[in-house]
Amino acid sequence: MARDHLLHKVRTALGRSAGQAPDEPPPVYLHVPEVAMEERVRMFRDKLELLAGQTSFVPVPEDAAAEVARILAGREAVISNSPFLAECGVAALPGVRPASREACETAPVGITSCDYALADTGTLVMLSEARLVSLLPPMHIAVVPANRILTGLDELLSILPNPAAATSSMVLITGPSRTADIEQILVRGVHGPGEIYAVITGPSD
Amino acid sequence: MAVTHPGKIEQTLDDAKLQLAIYAATGRLIAKRQNAISGNQLPDYQELRTHANLLKKHTIENLDYYLEQVETNVVANGGKVVFCRDGDEVADFILQLAKERGSKLIVKSKSMTSEEVDLNERLEHHGLEAVETDLGEYIIQLAHQRPYHIVAPALHMTRYEVADLFTKKLGVERETVVEKQTMIARATLREKFLAADIGITGANFVIADSGAVVVVENEGNARLTSSAPKIHIAIAGIEKLIPRAQDLGVFLKLLGRSATGQPLTVYTSFLSGPRREGEADGPDEFYLILLDNGRTKLLADREKRESLYCIRCGACLNHCPVYRKIGGHNYPWVYSGPIGAIITPQFAGIQQDPWLPFASSLCGACAEVCPVKIDIPRILLELRSEVVQAKTQEASNRWERIAFRMWAWVMRHPKVYEAMSLVAGGAPMINAGPLKAWTSVRDLPPMPERSFRTMWRERTGTVRQ
Amino acid sequence: MFVTCVVDQLFPNVGIAMADVLEHAGCVVDFPEAQTCCGQPAYNSGYRDEARTVATQFLDAFRDCEYIVSPSGSCTSMVSHHYAELFRDDPALAERARQIAARTYEFSSFLTGVLGVEDVGARYAHTVTYHDSCHALRELKIKDGPRRLLGNVRDLKLEEMDAAEECCGFGGTFSVKFASVSGAMARTKIDSILRTGADTVVSLDSSCLMQLQGALSRSGNKIRTMHLAEVLASR
Repeated sequence: MARDHLLHKVRTALGRSAGQAPDEPPPVYLHVPEVAMEERVRMFRDKLELLAGQTSFVPVPEDAAAEVARILAGREAVISNSPFLAECGVAALPGVRPASREACETAPVGITSCDYALADTGTLVMLSEARLVSLLPPMHIAVVPANRILTGLDELLSILPNPAAATSSMVLITGPSRTADIEQILVRGVHGPGEIYAVITGPSD
Repeated sequence: MAVTHPGKIEQTLDDAKLQLAIYAATGRLIAKRQNAISGNQLPDYQELRTHANLLKKHTIENLDYYLEQVETNVVANGGKVVFCRDGDEVADFILQLAKERGSKLIVKSKSMTSEEVDLNERLEHHGLEAVETDLGEYIIQLAHQRPYHIVAPALHMTRYEVADLFTKKLGVERETVVEKQTMIARATLREKFLAADIGITGANFVIADSGAVVVVENEGNARLTSSAPKIHIAIAGIEKLIPRAQDLGVFLKLLGRSATGQPLTVYTSFLSGPRREGEADGPDEFYLILLDNGRTKLLADREKRESLYCIRCGACLNHCPVYRKIGGHNYPWVYSGPIGAIITPQFAGIQQDPWLPFASSLCGACAEVCPVKIDIPRILLELRSEVVQAKTQEASNRWERIAFRMWAWVMRHPKVYEAMSLVAGGAPMINAGPLKAWTSVRDLPPMPERSFRTMWRERTGTVRQ
Repeated sequence: MFVTCVVDQLFPNVGIAMADVLEHAGCVVDFPEAQTCCGQPAYNSGYRDEARTVATQFLDAFRDCEYIVSPSGSCTSMVSHHYAELFRDDPALAERARQIAARTYEFSSFLTGVLGVEDVGARYAHTVTYHDSCHALRELKIKDGPRRLLGNVRDLKLEEMDAAEECCGFGGTFSVKFASVSGAMARTKIDSILRTGADTVVSLDSSCLMQLQGALSRSGNKIRTMHLAEVLASR
């Protein structure tokens, strides 16, 4: 009832009739520059570090587990369901558990991979991985394959024109959770992780 | 001739601390935006604005098509679209759902649309607990206030006021360090997130071709609101639609930069329905409330329809010299600043606050920074004309009408104009009211001995025609 | 010349200075006596019928001029930008307005854009700061021209203020309807002017200058306000 009434009001206001085809929409406006992978890695790290994120680089995926263990320094962690994390051995580290909701509520660190990353903004893009693992723990470690780092948002939308086909939830994460709601003083870690660490795995050329 | 407006304006102007807080906060946001849109950061900024304007214009002018398209796609994703004509229908839907599911606790992330229909009050009135989770919104909810600014709701409050508020409302020890205050809010709200039955978010964009909503934020509270509870309800005005996911390339680049100078906010969530088979977490149910609440009335008005292009970035507030003096609470509704001055009268009717379109020096700073190019000064002028035509102003302004009519007649007759001119010592063309208002804060300029036209005749040796 | 009602009645020297500069630049200057006001006060206050009456007087007064030059960004913009809107329901007047709008120029942009003059040979040995009047800046896109003209004045030192593009708070009837807000805006502007150390503030609009002068005088500051034409006419 409300639906039909509302749609009728919209059509009356616009002078359109039910079922009328729309005008031709403006063309899609996306520009994807050519940037070498090595440069994309450098940009991604620079941008994330500017936002107080930390980054490191390991030459091959097999080195990721040791690097994550170094960052964990004995802390326990929850880990997402990403196959890549299993492949490179991070999921098998001691003290690392699957990311059930209960485990996420108490774990000091959450580990994920990402589906893509955006070089020009230092952004992680997650499509298929669990949501709470990158949200509830105070620290987020992301293992990022260098060949998944895109130039930026426009390239992501070019290769993924319809994210809803792939997932119910695509999230872009650009730096640690932050607020400036009291006197515009920046505080990190208000609701999400206050620390974010990207471990980039090579090769990058 | 004075227009009646709330006396609180004088209070705000006299509060030196508040004046500094508003001016400094908006000034920082101006500087951040300026840097973020500069040539080396965003070389195609003006092209993006043009494109954003075209996209909004197209969507608004074909809105019925996109509303049906988004509904089809939300349903295909396993969600449901709820069309609501007003706040009552929004509240009725949520209350009914809460009753059916046995829900008691609702967490909310920042949504101007829900502020617009006083959603929290309506839910609380029926025994539900609705908690704002954005830090600024949480603070003003505790203080029972309206948002002071579209993107910085507690811009007017100091850490000391927050300390007192937390002590009074949360029973914690007085804490004036902002980091620690933030952690108090984190701990309190974390419990709410984990216990909540329903999460309500706003939507910055509703994507027609995807059946999705996009929510941008920095804190992570909108992600928690849309991920932790079993039910996610997104609420948006019908004007929030954009045609395609790919159009986000234009809008996301403009929104964060215009609002806070960020190329992207910390979290951009693209949410299309409930958790799917094989996904680890996410809500079991997803509802998209699409609200009219007066928008179709604006839609019918060709001259002012572009008011609906707004993406709520708040840049016009930051750049408005009037907002920077009178702050957010002297505007009559939840939307403040220049955008509030044009949409409030259109939603509520110009009779409600006829002074509002006049509270502008028409400097045009708002239009200059608007990322979707809404011509706010032009719309203010349209509204002023409507106010005058509707004769809504109080009786004393009959004199204004008479004065303008006489003035126009005089200006149409150059000889009368000259005879009556100020320096000719004739009848003063401004009456005592405006003169008094002028001299209340400024001195008058020294009166010249002769008018220009007299001097010109002397200079050229001509005689009066 | 369209000198505007404000200049005619309150700041006649601005009109004389503009005539001096234009004649010095080789123009034949005329002052059609039928001119009064552009109609902006009524238009901005919502009285469109009254504004049309006055605007029609403008169209009549300047019917035969080659160029119409005005010492005001705001009044120029009324003619060149807002007449189209004002006469939108009257095609005949709208067409006359369109033709006149195409010949109407703000003083500084006539110098730099039409005459191609950047240096008028003026001398003014003072430190000056320039206030961008809103309508000149945002509706007419005038920003660099006046600064170049000032930069070429002998012995003049131009000091930019941090809030050059912020409104002075005049806004026509806004200045009396919301006098306290208008006054607060002027004080903010004055603070910015004071930080430059300039002894003169220059603008393209006498109404902005009237606002600033009034507020400067009220706060006991000795800073002078001058129209660009007056600076350019200084020798």
